Amino acid sequence: MFPTIDRSLSPPALIFRLVLILVLLGGAAGLFLYQAGWFTPQKLTPAGMINTFEQLNGVHSGFRRNHAKGVCFRGYFESNGQGARYSKAALFPAGRVPVIGRFSLGGGQPYAADSPGAVRALAVLFQLPNGEEWRMAMIDLPVFPVQNVGQFRELLLASAPDPETGKVDPEKMKSFVAAHPASAKALPLIQARAVSSGFADATYFGLSAFYFVDGQGRRTPVRWAMIPEQPFRPNETSDPEKTDKNYLFDALIAAVRQGPQRWRLQVTLGEPGDPTGDATIPWPDSRQKVDVGVLVVEAIESEEVSPARDINFDPTLIPSGVALSDDPLLSARAAAYSQSFTRREGEPKEPSAVSTAETGR
Amino acid sequence: MDSAPRPRFAILSRILHWLMAVMILAMLFIGVSMVASLADYSRLVAIHRPLGMAVLVLAIIRLINRRLTKLPPFPPTMSGTERRIASWSERLLYALMIALPLVGWGMLSAGHYPIVMFGSFHLPPILPPHPMLYAFLRHAHTVLAWLLFAVILAHVGAVLFHTLIVRDRLLDRMALWPARKTKR
Ligand code: HEM
Ligand code: HEM
Repeated sequence: MFPTIDRSLSPPALIFRLVLILVLLGGAAGLFLYQAGWFTPQKLTPAGMINTFEQLNGVHSGFRRNHAKGVCFRGYFESNGQGARYSKAALFPAGRVPVIGRFSLGGGQPYAADSPGAVRALAVLFQLPNGEEWRMAMIDLPVFPVQNVGQFRELLLASAPDPETGKVDPEKMKSFVAAHPASAKALPLIQARAVSSGFADATYFGLSAFYFVDGQGRRTPVRWAMIPEQPFRPNETSDPEKTDKNYLFDALIAAVRQGPQRWRLQVTLGEPGDPTGDATIPWPDSRQKVDVGVLVVEAIESEEVSPARDINFDPTLIPSGVALSDDPLLSARAAAYSQSFTRREGEPKEPSAVSTAETGR
Repeated sequence: MDSAPRPRFAILSRILHWLMAVMILAMLFIGVSMVASLADYSRLVAIHRPLGMAVLVLAIIRLINRRLTKLPPFPPTMSGTERRIASWSERLLYALMIALPLVGWGMLSAGHYPIVMFGSFHLPPILPPHPMLYAFLRHAHTVLAWLLFAVILAHVGAVLFHTLIVRDRLLDRMALWPARKTKR
């Protein structure tokens, strides 16, 4: 079966050619494995980042590796047409588009008790009339505590309770802050924020900058936030013993039963020089803000029955008319969310803390 | 031993072969790089999707072209067993270069993702959203891609062996450059 070797090749020439073939094939294979990260195990990868979440929180079958506790919703977005001046995205001509979404608490524990300090989050999927989608994932912090994913991992490790004592080591946080001047500036802004009474009266920030692109190709740097129309009430639950484990979610469910809850989508227009690549730095208050429409949450559904459970709210899934900025968080989130999504979709689902019994659907 | 032109693949077949070789190798390297890179993921996946669909379109054209044109006969230096291995590996290569993009498209459909090509142009889903189906196809995409890379290496190895060691000018059959007419 083996083809015959050309007899006019001298033995050294033959060996040279055999070695050449092996080097070529081996080199190609080596380069491939190198690109796949086999020889750089110390480099942080999407899988490595999700492994960190799993180390800190354990593996909870079928749940998101971060923002694990949540509840889903349906509703619509009513655009007022103002956004169309800056972006050709199909969301912005005046009119209504259907949305689904999810409210959640930061952290990888799907059954954690609600607490006032937990980061509250809002994820939205806009179903645009031309078949495109726009997905957002926002939190109630005015800036992000870190500039990039490597720092985020360090922060998670520094602020995690010690597995033996169950306590957070303040020294670890101190040395983290000392090593990261950007976080040293951002953390006080986060601590100084006014925490609202619940999900319904919280403001949710997209944090990372994006660009709006209009029909002429003009690019405007933007950031956006969902501003509640529900009046702000300060957080007042002080005694965690008295409140039930899902008090934040239950209040949201009760509010939506009373009537649709509404948020204005407010876009801040950046000016030349405003940082687009650093979510720890706020833009000056003087920047022009434009309300482009209203998000209306009409019905709350448990994760167990909502299609939004099996959605990856990857914030880089944006329509034409919106473009990514140089913020390194964006690509890192897309990669990490995809890894989390792939793991959880392949696992059997456990019941959610906020069950259909609580949501009524 | 004559110096008559030796049989080779039709010009369209040869162009498709090298165009797709470059595209598929790029797809494989982009694929493994992006899933290992937090920093470059977004940029690379935006190239990966449309380039992968272009591979699908070209692979279908190529399959039709293969049916319509006459293939050059195997060179006499290939034994019967070797010919069988060669034609099965070619079938496997065709199967993989069609299956991989289909699995990519299918997994994004099952994962309830928008299947963005460029600008506002996107493809419709080819499967209903389904968590386990997504997870299965996502893993299949990895396994098939690594299998494709292995089959390509074996294919290149066999051609190099023939060209450099059997010296039967096997590579000339697929070459884009004009065949040299030398005695052998
Ligand atoms: C590099 C930094 C970050 C990492 C590694 C990270 C990681 C994650 C992961 C793994 C998930 C679960 C994804 C899934 O399984 O679907 C998640 C969810 C989420 N993240 Fe992040 N995140 C980061 C930064 C941010 C920032 C800056 C924001 C807000 C602006 C944010 C907001 C959210 C929200 C709202 C969710 C829940 C989405 C949902 O309900 O499905 N994250 N994050
Ligand atoms: C010739 C065709 C293709 C080749 C050779 C190819 C190859 C690859 C490879 C090697 C990976 C990395 C797998 C891993 O290491 O886990 C990958 C991932 C991926 N491929 Fe493809 N692919 C092809 C076509 C497509 C198409 C047509 C699409 C979609 C339309 C697609 C979507 C994806 C996505 C979204 C990922 C990454 C998913 C994640 O974040 O986990 N691929 N591909």
